[in-house]
Amino acid sequence: MYKTVKISKGLNINLKGDADRLLQKASRSKMYAVKPNDFYGITPKLVARVGDRVKVGDVLFFSKKDDRIKITSPVSGQIEEIVRGEKRKILKILIKPDTEDTYKEFDSLDVAQADKTQILDQLLESGLFTYIKQRPYDIIASPDDKPKAIFISAYDSAPLSYDYDFALRNRQKDFQTGIDALKKLTEGKIYIITNGNTVSDFEKTEGVEIIKAFGPHPVGNVSIHIEKFEPLDKNSIVWVVNPVSVALMGSFFSAGKYNPEKHVALAGSKVKKPHYISIIPGADLSDIIKNDIEEDARLISGNVLTGQNVTKEPFLNYFDHQITAIPSGNKPRFMGWLPFFGENRKSFYRFNLSPWRKVKYDGNLYGEERAFVMNEEFESVMPLSIYPTHLLKAAILGDVEKMEQLGIFEVAPEDFALLDYISSSKIDTQDLIRKGLDEMKIQLG
Amino acid sequence: MKFLENFFNKYKPLFDEGGKYEKLRPAYMAMYTFAFVPGETVKKGAQIRDAVDLKRVMFTVVLALIPATIFGMWNVGYQYFTQAGVAFTNWEAFVFGFWKVIPLIIVSYVVGLGIEFYFAIVRGHEVNEGYLVSGLLIPLIMPVSIPLWILALSVAFAVIIGKEVFGGTGMNIVNPALLARAFAFFAYPTFMSGNEVWIPKPENADAYSGETLLGALGQGNHIAYTWKDMLFGNIPGSIGETSVLMILIGAALLLFTKVASWRIMVSGFLGAALMAFIFNLWGANPLMNFPWWQHLLVGGLAFGVVFMATDPVTAAQTRRGKWIYGFLIGMFAIMIRVFNPAYPEGVMLAILLMNVVAPTIDHYVVQGNIKKRMKRFNKQAA
Repeated sequence: MYKTVKISKGLNINLKGDADRLLQKASRSKMYAVKPNDFYGITPKLVARVGDRVKVGDVLFFSKKDDRIKITSPVSGQIEEIVRGEKRKILKILIKPDTEDTYKEFDSLDVAQADKTQILDQLLESGLFTYIKQRPYDIIASPDDKPKAIFISAYDSAPLSYDYDFALRNRQKDFQTGIDALKKLTEGKIYIITNGNTVSDFEKTEGVEIIKAFGPHPVGNVSIHIEKFEPLDKNSIVWVVNPVSVALMGSFFSAGKYNPEKHVALAGSKVKKPHYISIIPGADLSDIIKNDIEEDARLISGNVLTGQNVTKEPFLNYFDHQITAIPSGNKPRFMGWLPFFGENRKSFYRFNLSPWRKVKYDGNLYGEERAFVMNEEFESVMPLSIYPTHLLKAAILGDVEKMEQLGIFEVAPEDFALLDYISSSKIDTQDLIRKGLDEMKIQLG
Repeated sequence: MKFLENFFNKYKPLFDEGGKYEKLRPAYMAMYTFAFVPGETVKKGAQIRDAVDLKRVMFTVVLALIPATIFGMWNVGYQYFTQAGVAFTNWEAFVFGFWKVIPLIIVSYVVGLGIEFYFAIVRGHEVNEGYLVSGLLIPLIMPVSIPLWILALSVAFAVIIGKEVFGGTGMNIVNPALLARAFAFFAYPTFMSGNEVWIPKPENADAYSGETLLGALGQGNHIAYTWKDMLFGNIPGSIGETSVLMILIGAALLLFTKVASWRIMVSGFLGAALMAFIFNLWGANPLMNFPWWQHLLVGGLAFGVVFMATDPVTAAQTRRGKWIYGFLIGMFAIMIRVFNPAYPEGVMLAILLMNVVAPTIDHYVVQGNIKKRMKRFNKQAA
């Protein structure tokens, strides 16, 4: 039996440039970068030195707090440079790739026979453990966690959504193996969220609870389903894993090698022919997709709501499944703020007198930052039972007790992405929530 | 518009960091962002943003006030010529009122924006759009005969004490426009109430009667207006509040664009209707006997509920809180005007009171959410 979840609060923003279900293998990039920032919550302790030769799966760095958590190289080659920023913080590790990948050999494991420790050890050794995130805090999980459930969302409801069914269409076996492995890591259930309006291959997965989700974005976000089925309490932790990562784990256990290559959607109105590409994370996009992107584009690693602007340093972030290119939007607009006559986008408000007219979404901020004035706009896109304005104000103040009371443990920055979009005050709410969560982590450990 | 863009770009270096007028940058930016939505792109957070900003929101409220403003100008002339007993055309009435009202609007904007710019420059932050609305609201809720200096003083008081000391738009506790009126009302009562302030006094009028409807009722006088007059608005009163019809046109715009909360408007009228209905049953004096539905048409109730109570900054923030907040505004507005005929300004006092109470309402609504969460949070942990 399926469980169903239906929400009404939220917003679907339809952007031009949905990726065709067509796969191309990306050419090999001239440079790969691993950015410690992608592994949120981990302070890196370097293993790799400049000049070292690494295979795919060799350790680049590990977590300072827990040396079992290792981050491994996605590509084989030579460490070219370690780029540091302020206070010698490591910004990225540049790897010059060999013409062909060589893989570090791991023991293959029969998941059905293996016990929890074996699986955990293998995941940690290969670096695949970092593909697991935990709630609360939305950071990389700890191997000591006893998650009361694992949530996997196979429904990307964000704009220009990633099609998990397409991306994993030939990898059901790997996916099932990955699920079987994860099952050993929790005493609770594994939930898979699917799009209620379509029939999905994920429904055939064995040993899991299927949730059919209906409604606008952010219905695919796991927070909504965690709140409904496994609400968090003081001592509980829930793990979150992406379906693509589950398949990576599956193929790792059966083949004994860590191969992070994955299908990534290349989408957006500035992409000539939006499609899927098979690519290794960390790849320098500038030479790979140069011919696919039109000029004056804003290049985003991730989707338009939660992604990161990588126009200047176009490397694909480690965990992203989407590359989006939209117009940069750096031109001023004469009296563009006028209601009804200025530009209109999908909105909480009704200023659009010709909704049939296509809008090109670009990276313009469309206004200046102001104090919170309007509040119904936030509530209209927040399906969780929290009071967003109050929580955000508590986060601004860094009031740990208030944040806990108002439900910060139940949210991740991604749940506030639509608030960023819809805010007439142009306040970066995802950033506030991220800082709030960090503050909680520091204060409460 | 290349010309205008070039114009702004030409003088931009003067206001940039290190420029000659660096300190005046907020003023420059206020003008520039009025002419152009800047080409600034998203730094962090969601990579695309809605095209709505506070300028658009605030300007929509100004648009919604236009019908009431134009009608108010006409009504000033209409009342004047009627009292003077001379023949007139609608156009003449409008022109007469226009020249009476425009100075008030100009003074309100010049003084208010002047202070806003000053604070923005001193504090080095952007000029907020909030005063675009307050600047028009204030003259509309004043009697037409108010001396300009009292208006200027009220505006200054409202902007400085009501808003800027709290940190500007978005931080204020009470509605600045209403605070301006309250200031004038309590500091200069002779200019703000009575029979002679609502209509410019004709020079040689013998039988001059310009009292408001509620004033007349309070005195037990006969009222000469029908409910149609009250709806249409050709009765004495503050400049913009008399015509319920024009206010409802503005309300329609606010509700269509979703700029104002329908919850507050609906609950406000409901609260007022219920309270007036209860008084009708009681029926101890002419004000109580005034039909409940006509109570909704007079005394600026519609104007207050539509334009003032819905101010998102000073209203309750939660959905449930908005129902309570609006409902109580309606109830108190009628209660004050009925119990104390000296204060026909029941609406003003009710909204100011509820502005102060709104955070408390929200507190209890949010506390309900917190209690439920903490119960779950701690129960499962045990």
